[in-house]
Amino acid sequence: MSLTSMPPEMAIEQPARAGLPFRRIGTAVGRLTRRSPGFLVGLVLILCIVFLALFGRFFTGDPLLLNPDVILQAPSLGHPMGTDAFGRDVFARVVAASQLDLMIAFFAASIAFAGGAIVGAVTGFSRGWVDDLVMRLVDILQAFPAFILAVGLTAMLGNTVRNVVIAVAVAYSPYFIRLVRSQMITAREAEYARAARCIGNRPWRIMTHHLLPNCLGPAVVQGTLCLGWAILDAAGLSFLGLGIRPPTAEWGVQVAEGTQYINSGQWWISVFPGLMIVIAVFGFNLIGDRLRRAVE
Amino acid sequence: MRLRFYVAKRVGLGVVTLLGVIAAVFVMTHILPGDPAAVMAGGHASAPILAAMRKEMGLDQPLPVQLWTYFVNVLHGDLGTSTSTGHPVLQDLLQRLPATAELSLYSLLLSLLISIPIGVAAAVNRGRWIDRAAQQVAILGASTPLFWLGVVLIFVFYVKLGIAPSPVGRLSTGVQPPRTITGFYTIDSLLTLDWTALASAAGHLVLPVVALSFVITAPLIKLSRDAMSTVLDSDFIQADYSFGLSARQIIWQDGLKNTMISLLTVVGIVLGYLMAGNVIVETIYSWPGIGLYAWDGINSSDYMAIQGFVLLVAMIYVILNLIVDLLYMVIDPRVRLA
Repeated sequence: MSLTSMPPEMAIEQPARAGLPFRRIGTAVGRLTRRSPGFLVGLVLILCIVFLALFGRFFTGDPLLLNPDVILQAPSLGHPMGTDAFGRDVFARVVAASQLDLMIAFFAASIAFAGGAIVGAVTGFSRGWVDDLVMRLVDILQAFPAFILAVGLTAMLGNTVRNVVIAVAVAYSPYFIRLVRSQMITAREAEYARAARCIGNRPWRIMTHHLLPNCLGPAVVQGTLCLGWAILDAAGLSFLGLGIRPPTAEWGVQVAEGTQYINSGQWWISVFPGLMIVIAVFGFNLIGDRLRRAVE
Repeated sequence: MRLRFYVAKRVGLGVVTLLGVIAAVFVMTHILPGDPAAVMAGGHASAPILAAMRKEMGLDQPLPVQLWTYFVNVLHGDLGTSTSTGHPVLQDLLQRLPATAELSLYSLLLSLLISIPIGVAAAVNRGRWIDRAAQQVAILGASTPLFWLGVVLIFVFYVKLGIAPSPVGRLSTGVQPPRTITGFYTIDSLLTLDWTALASAAGHLVLPVVALSFVITAPLIKLSRDAMSTVLDSDFIQADYSFGLSARQIIWQDGLKNTMISLLTVVGIVLGYLMAGNVIVETIYSWPGIGLYAWDGINSSDYMAIQGFVLLVAMIYVILNLIVDLLYMVIDPRVRLA
């Protein structure tokens, strides 16, 4: 949640400049890893979680295995994050969930990025009635708070992982559309765009080959931040009972499962999965924030 | 004259957006795959029952007819009937709205009280430790899931320390709600001099308000820092300095005043987080507002309740943003005199 979440709107309203070459992101990343401790911290946090998602299951047991002998046990050596009311190992579930949550975030952000880039590029390049129509539709999508839109979409589409990805992607695509469109509007008037036209390139080719690579920079930065919002929103949806349902291991589901044991003092069921969300989202936000400052 | 023209234009745009929002909810509920009748009937309904339900809900009509009926119904205030409460959805929502409004308003106030001084201090000391610390805190705050924070607050302040009241509802059990005047329990109990209710209502507000204000404090710190920085860089502040005004005078007078004006333009963004956050906070604290109503709707497949909630929230969001824009036009002399 975004909610829950952080300010997609904030990142986008930067003035469109003469175009930010895609390549510059690469050099910025290289420079940041050497100079910015914040960026490095973010990168390490994300790499740790990716490692956990890829290889963690070799160190843990079955996230769905019920074990009546070890119900509601506090964290110990055998169960570093304790066990839940069914005797399932919270650590095993957190690890399994990291895979699912990263996947959802990755697909949701990628779809929002790709869809936003295509729509934004076409509308910004062609202008005219296509542009007007699409921008009115974008206005309407943005008339909903992003998380509320995702709630509505998931509730109507049904509770599946795929629908969570779609809902989150749709909720965040307007920011990418606006960003790429504003870049495209500036870029199409640039000298090199005229030069490309002069030597006889077709408009479509100018857009895809000459302009688009120069328009994606800010959207890449936005994409990094969007990974964080997607995790927050996907987990927020499942916390509310939308999207991913128990017994599937997912961070939001786990926090929700633990709430009923909070009053009797069994904090570990909720607290550890929530900490993982904080770490993952903080990592993406740090990377995105430093990246934005570097390319601005 | 100009101002009147802009106001009319902005209001017109607001109305168009509202109609667009209704159409969007129609698309969400009637056109997207997923069968409303199946959702309402539950998982095990037989084909004839489903067909009957579709007919009853008008889903067998052509789409343009359905869209028209939907518009007419919504504009007449008919959002359908909740299957779980049996009441009209609009009536349910309006009855719960004051609880949500009270929670949101106190959260917004608390968050402004915390974030603006921090943001201003960061902008004044740009690049120094306080600025960097404020920015890290803002990023960390923005990374914290509200639903988790709410649970942690309950654990620390209710379960462990025992200083917060039981995190359920707006009043302790046995306390009578004050006579309804505004619907805000704190204000109503104050007006009716009902001290028991006031203490109980205020106590129950603390944790949810802290949780909800937390999520908007992070973006507000960043927004107020950026706004103040822009103001401090502008020509009229330089002019202030050249007149020999003290830094303190400049920051607290021209600086803060202009920062507040530009903050007003972004407060709409924050309202969006507030409304999204409401659903989660109300769920955790069983706060009987529209967010909890939506959550009940989600968990009882009450399709009408969810759609009514989404529609109402989007409409409030559009209208609040409209008001903010109009206020800005009235306050900012550049818009008024342009």
